[in-house]
Amino acid sequence: MTTAAEPYVLNIGPQHPSTHGVFRIRVVMDGERIQDLDMIVGYLHRSMEKLAEERTYTQNIPFTDRADYLAAMSGNLGLCLAAERLAEVEVPERASYLRVIFAELQRIASHAMANGTLVSDAGAWQTPLLYMFREREKILDLFEMTCGARLTTNYMRIGGVSYEPPEEFWPALQELVDELPERIGEYEELLTQNEIFVARTRNVGVITPEDAINGSLVGPALRGSGVPWDLRKAEPYCVYDRMDFDVPIGQTGDVYDRFMVRLAETRESVKILRQAIAGIPDGPHKTDIPLALRPEPGEVYGRVEGPRGELGFYLVSDGGPAPYRFHIRAPSLINLSLLREMARGAALSDAVVALGSIDIVVGEIDR
Amino acid sequence: MPAGPTQLDGHRVGEALNAALPGIVTTATDEWVEVDHARVDEALRWLHDSDEFDAAQLSNLCGVDYHDHFAIVYHLQSLDLNQQVVVKARIPDHDEPALPSSYPVYKGALLQEREVFDLMGVHFEGHPDLRRLFLWDGFPGHPLRKDFMGIGDGLTSGLSRFPFENKENPDRLLNRDNVIQPDDQDVPSDWSGAAPA
Repeated sequence: MTTAAEPYVLNIGPQHPSTHGVFRIRVVMDGERIQDLDMIVGYLHRSMEKLAEERTYTQNIPFTDRADYLAAMSGNLGLCLAAERLAEVEVPERASYLRVIFAELQRIASHAMANGTLVSDAGAWQTPLLYMFREREKILDLFEMTCGARLTTNYMRIGGVSYEPPEEFWPALQELVDELPERIGEYEELLTQNEIFVARTRNVGVITPEDAINGSLVGPALRGSGVPWDLRKAEPYCVYDRMDFDVPIGQTGDVYDRFMVRLAETRESVKILRQAIAGIPDGPHKTDIPLALRPEPGEVYGRVEGPRGELGFYLVSDGGPAPYRFHIRAPSLINLSLLREMARGAALSDAVVALGSIDIVVGEIDR
Repeated sequence: MPAGPTQLDGHRVGEALNAALPGIVTTATDEWVEVDHARVDEALRWLHDSDEFDAAQLSNLCGVDYHDHFAIVYHLQSLDLNQQVVVKARIPDHDEPALPSSYPVYKGALLQEREVFDLMGVHFEGHPDLRRLFLWDGFPGHPLRKDFMGIGDGLTSGLSRFPFENKENPDRLLNRDNVIQPDDQDVPSDWSGAAPA
């Protein structure tokens, strides 16, 4: 028996577990297949770029915590690097090492969250997610003992970092670095060969390398399609040029590849952490800068490789203490440029997994 | 100055652009090249296709309101050659700014142009789906414009002075009652909140 049905509109979100925040999608469904998709964002819009024009560069650092709230350290780092280039501030070497350590810890925590929620989108409800929260929890403890905050860290400053980590930080970090490879091995064992997970993610949400480049995709979404582009290699900042690590890439550009790229990247982050712990020199953790930094009129586009890809800060100075223009190039938003094309013709359940594999943070989309 | 490590000299890009598309470049500096805003799509298309610049990816697109005109800034990059080109388009019409969309060249412009349209009110002609992105339809005005909810009388928003700034000694605050400087002698010895290095 065949049945014919009119296409119908289905509303997902803004409050829905698979949208990872307040993110709304309207889909036109033909049976179980998606005919068209429209994303509606802005529920978390806080007008950061406008507010930033009335605050000094240092006062703007907390905004970067709240933009990408799962990778506050990367946001701090991006803004500080951009402002330092604009104002020509030198950073002590110890501060650069501390920045690398915290940025890599943040990457591991963020990738754990991304992969955990992706697996729960794929139907393994909560168990793998909570496994991955184990490590994230320990990393957040390290953040807490250093700067007092777990999520909105506000740790880095223009010219360095705000605090020297306490004595108990280093043994705890060493312990974490020692046990992480084994934990990552557990996830690989648990998931990468799991028949259901592979069936749900293989050849789903495929993005070709050409589309990924033309659609401005960055980070694991780009590398999953087989493009070896990582700003830590292409445009090394801090002390990444002294670190020995690989850039993992995928082959087909499907959800599974993006998952595996993130998993492999956490292993590379552990490698970087080991080298940073071994190589960190003594010295000051920040340089003193004037309270109201007044960069020469000019503009700068500073960028870092955050967990979600190229996180850019475009700052324009008119010589005053506050930026004339403050723009965040948000990887979460721009990685969604291809969502509509990716979802068309796919089953709704596959589109949910594809969205999960892009790894969006709504705070960064809306800003 | 603050040019990025992989950013190309704007003069060099400008000369090549002008040779291929005569008259398109209006200004070129060390950092960027400014092109005729009505032909910006041609410039982007040429940079995208050229072997010398290979601007395969639109890395960042944003707008800046300069009170009397708008500038749209395109950060393009080549992933193979690891180099960056900064293209600017100056829109002289501040009341109804418009320029051609870059979506036909770069699919990555889809949401970024919608964002600029929403927050700055710049029309991208030829964009397939130019709607507000963050704000709702019917929202009055475009918040990232400098004159949005303006104060009038020629006053502009923004800080002229940091609230407690001491002009003579910029490292010091005027009101220091509730502020502890790291090198202050009167910090209690058992206070470990901000441990100096």
